[in-house]
Formats: sequence, C-alpha cells, structure tokens
Amino acid sequence: MSNANVQANLSNLARYQNNFLKEVEANVEEGHMVKMCMQCGVCAGSCPFGPDWEHSPQKIFMMIRAGKRDEVLGSDSMFMCTSCYNCIVRCPRQLPITHIMHGLANYAHRIGMAPKGQPTRQFATLFWNNLVKKGRVNELTLTLGHYFTNGLVSGIKTALGMQSIGLGLFMAKRLNPMEIFGGHGVKDLKGFHAIVAKAKEIEDRKKGFTA
Amino acid sequence: MAKKEYAFYPGCSSQLKASASNYLVSTNAMCKALDVKLTEIPDWNCCGASVGYCEGGELPRIAINARNFAQAETHLPGQDIVATCAACWLGARESKERLDGSAQLMKETNEALAAAGLHYSGGANVRHMVEVLIEDFGYDGLKQPMKKSLEGIKFAGYVGCQTNRPFGIVGESFENPLYLDKMVETFGGEALTAYDQKVTCCGGALAFSEPEKSQKQIRDIVESAYDAGAEMIVTPCPLCQANVEVYQSEINKKQGTKFNMPVLYYSQLMTIAYGGSAKDAGLNGQLIRAEKLEKIAGK
Repeated sequence: MSNANVQANLSNLARYQNNFLKEVEANVEEGHMVKMCMQCGVCAGSCPFGPDWEHSPQKIFMMIRAGKRDEVLGSDSMFMCTSCYNCIVRCPRQLPITHIMHGLANYAHRIGMAPKGQPTRQFATLFWNNLVKKGRVNELTLTLGHYFTNGLVSGIKTALGMQSIGLGLFMAKRLNPMEIFGGHGVKDLKGFHAIVAKAKEIEDRKKGFTA
Repeated sequence: MAKKEYAFYPGCSSQLKASASNYLVSTNAMCKALDVKLTEIPDWNCCGASVGYCEGGELPRIAINARNFAQAETHLPGQDIVATCAACWLGARESKERLDGSAQLMKETNEALAAAGLHYSGGANVRHMVEVLIEDFGYDGLKQPMKKSLEGIKFAGYVGCQTNRPFGIVGESFENPLYLDKMVETFGGEALTAYDQKVTCCGGALAFSEPEKSQKQIRDIVESAYDAGAEMIVTPCPLCQANVEVYQSEINKKQGTKFNMPVLYYSQLMTIAYGGSAKDAGLNGQLIRAEKLEKIAGK
C-alpha cells in the first residue's frame, strides 16, 4: 500500500467514525442505494460467477450495514463481477447492483484495501492505463501486458500456450503485431489526457483520495 | 442523399486489424445496401468499457464518453450516435443517462471537458445498431434489399449480456429476447428458438483474468448450441463473438471436446443476404470458417 493510499484510508476511517454505511453512501458509486436492499437473494442466484463470490452482493449489502469494513473492502468478491447486468434487471428493488459492486471495488482499490495480486484488479488497472495512454485500447499490448503481469517466466509460458490463437487471429487480420509500436489512438491526445486528469482531480478531491 | 444518416461510434475492437475488424467490414457493407450513411465521430475515444471501473472510477469514465458526445454534437448536429459494440453502447448510454439525471455531474463533466476546450450540452441520442435496424427500418424494411436467402442454415441466436441488459431493445424481454431470431428468420435462416443459453454471460473481460471460470460459461454457450442443432452461432456483440469463437480450441485442448462452431455477427448474415461477397461480409475474419455461408455468398 502506498503512503497516499494509507492516508486516504485512515482519513476516511476517521471521518466516518466507523459508520461504514455512511462512508459507502458518500464515496462509492451509487452507494446511496445500498440501504434499499431487502435481502431477497435474487442477485446472488442470478450471478454467472455466483459460486465464486466469497460474499454475494446480498451478503455484502448486509455486511455494509453491519459495519464489516475490513471484510467487505478486503474481499475479492466484487472483482468476480463480469458486468453482465443480470442482477440489475432482476432486482425487485431496482438497486444498481453492478454499479455498486464496481464502485466498491474501485473504492477498495483506491484506498489500498483490495486484495493484492487479484487477477481482475490487475487486468482492470492495466486496461484503463492502456486506453488512457492513446485514447483507444491497444489490444496487443493489453494482452501481452496481461500475460506478463506475474513475471517473465509465467508470461512466456502463457504467451506460448496462446500462440496458436494469436497466429489464428493474425491470419484472420484481427491482430496486428505492428501495434507494439503504437497503434491506433486519438489525434488530440493532449486534450484527451487533460480531460482525464481534470476528471480524476475532481473525483479524488470529492472522495478523499488525495487526503 | 442517403436514406438515413448517423454519427458512428465504431469502437476500439472494430478498428483495422483489431479483434472485431470483420464486424466493421460487414457493417459497412450492410449499411451500403440499406442506404445508410455512417459518419465516424471525429477523433472518437474509447468508452472505458465496464472493466475500466477499477482504476477509472466514475467521473473519468463519464467524462471520456462525454468527449465523444461533445464531438458528435458539434460536428454532426442532430444525428443519433450509433454504436456497433455492446460495451461502447452501454458505456456511452449509461454515461448519457447519468448526465441527463444529474446537474452536478453535468457541471463536473463540463469542467473536465473544458480542459480540452470542449463542451457538452446534453444532445445526441445514443443507440445500438440493432436498435436502428429494428426501430428505424423494421423487419419488413430490412427485407427489402434482400437478394439471397439463408435457407438451410440453422442459427443459435446468442444475444449475450450488454446488448440485452440493462437497456435492451424496447419491447423485448431480458430473459428471452426474440429479435435476433426474428432477424435470422427475416433472411430465410432457421432460428433455433429452443437455444437455452441465449442470454448467458461469456465472462466478458474476465475471459482474460479468470480464464477457467469464463471458459466454463463459454462451454455451456457452445454446447447448448450443438444440443439445439445449430450449425452457427450469431451474435450482436464483439466480445461475445471473440470469446465464444476464440476459446473453443482452448476448451477442446483442456476438456477433450470437439467444438468447431462458427460464430458470426448479424451484419455478416445480412451482408450475404444482401448479395455481398464473402469478403464484403468479412468471412475471411473467422477463425472457425462459416462454410455454409461462404457457399451462399459464392452462388
């Protein structure tokens, strides 16, 4: 955990005086909807990765109200969300569950409490940084970056295992090895970066990430 | 003048030599046959996709989508924004709805846009290409330019997640949307309405980070297509297409299955039905060749 993360974590902890529901309502995307949950469990039963969640969304909502801050923010559950939106369309109380899970994962990630080395946390970070670099996703560097996340040896093994797929995509003109030298991007990169930086600055200030 | 004009948001995966480049090739051919003029939003950027949430947060994701809206509003006034990618459509439409619903968010977003000298004033409708086809043309309208029938091919209509939820196509149900089946039937193909995995998640971006869990989903999606008697899967989503096609060989290797099921876009079917060549339809972009479609294209 970096120093800035530790600081943000501690200052938000102090600000909300262990009222975790309040903390979530103020800092998590769509967090104000958490208390609408009536514990029916439809979300838990609708999730394609349901059995892989340590705590289902239904449980997470109750844990937030019970003040289980460490257990929620330290869990890898929210990173199991595939963004399929099944839970959202089925929820009888119309909680934007997908967004709340994204918001909780983002909050846990930004204050340094999300599990280290969690694969979707790593991939999602890589994805955002990749798209911000040029304004558009570079599929080749994203894929290679992902394979090599856990070091050189593991990366080479994964890349070799996937090389027949890569070759197939190349032959079908759906993968361009030249993308390694840059690839697609927006022309007004300076403007794009300025927008992202400004938006981040506003959000960080609001959520106490710059504390 | 073209019959209809739209501000086009092709998205990252549709670009030249990217994973869904054949989606763009076939979309262009399909739109030509329908006399639709697509003008790319000048200098469009990535939508952030769903998986951008972790590092991107809320406002940066909305702001980058608003950059596209601002460009469309300024350079293509009055035109609806049309996305072909499910994630682009979702990311853009979600951002638009949040902005429409919150003056505070709109203010903050415009503060961010001002850093690049841009402004968004709330215009520009965000739609998916399938919505445009069904709502602006209708099944009868889509049939008009038809030159060849897809008769004799059995299709499993795999709608997937993000073209279906949370917005979907007006009038369709989330649990059993029928529009893809209707499109297949419009062009003479056989739609296997008993296909029971049509709205199952393929794992999305987690196909990268959680390959085993995702490949379990993909196995169900392909296996059920075989069970229903399908010869091909058809889908409106580029990530569904890539995941369901690309990982079949991996699943075969690991689990001893013998999957070899072509996975097509609706736009490829339509291009062939409109008399286009296999190349016009981007059929050379398939990892698993759609031989029956190629045969119709060659007739």
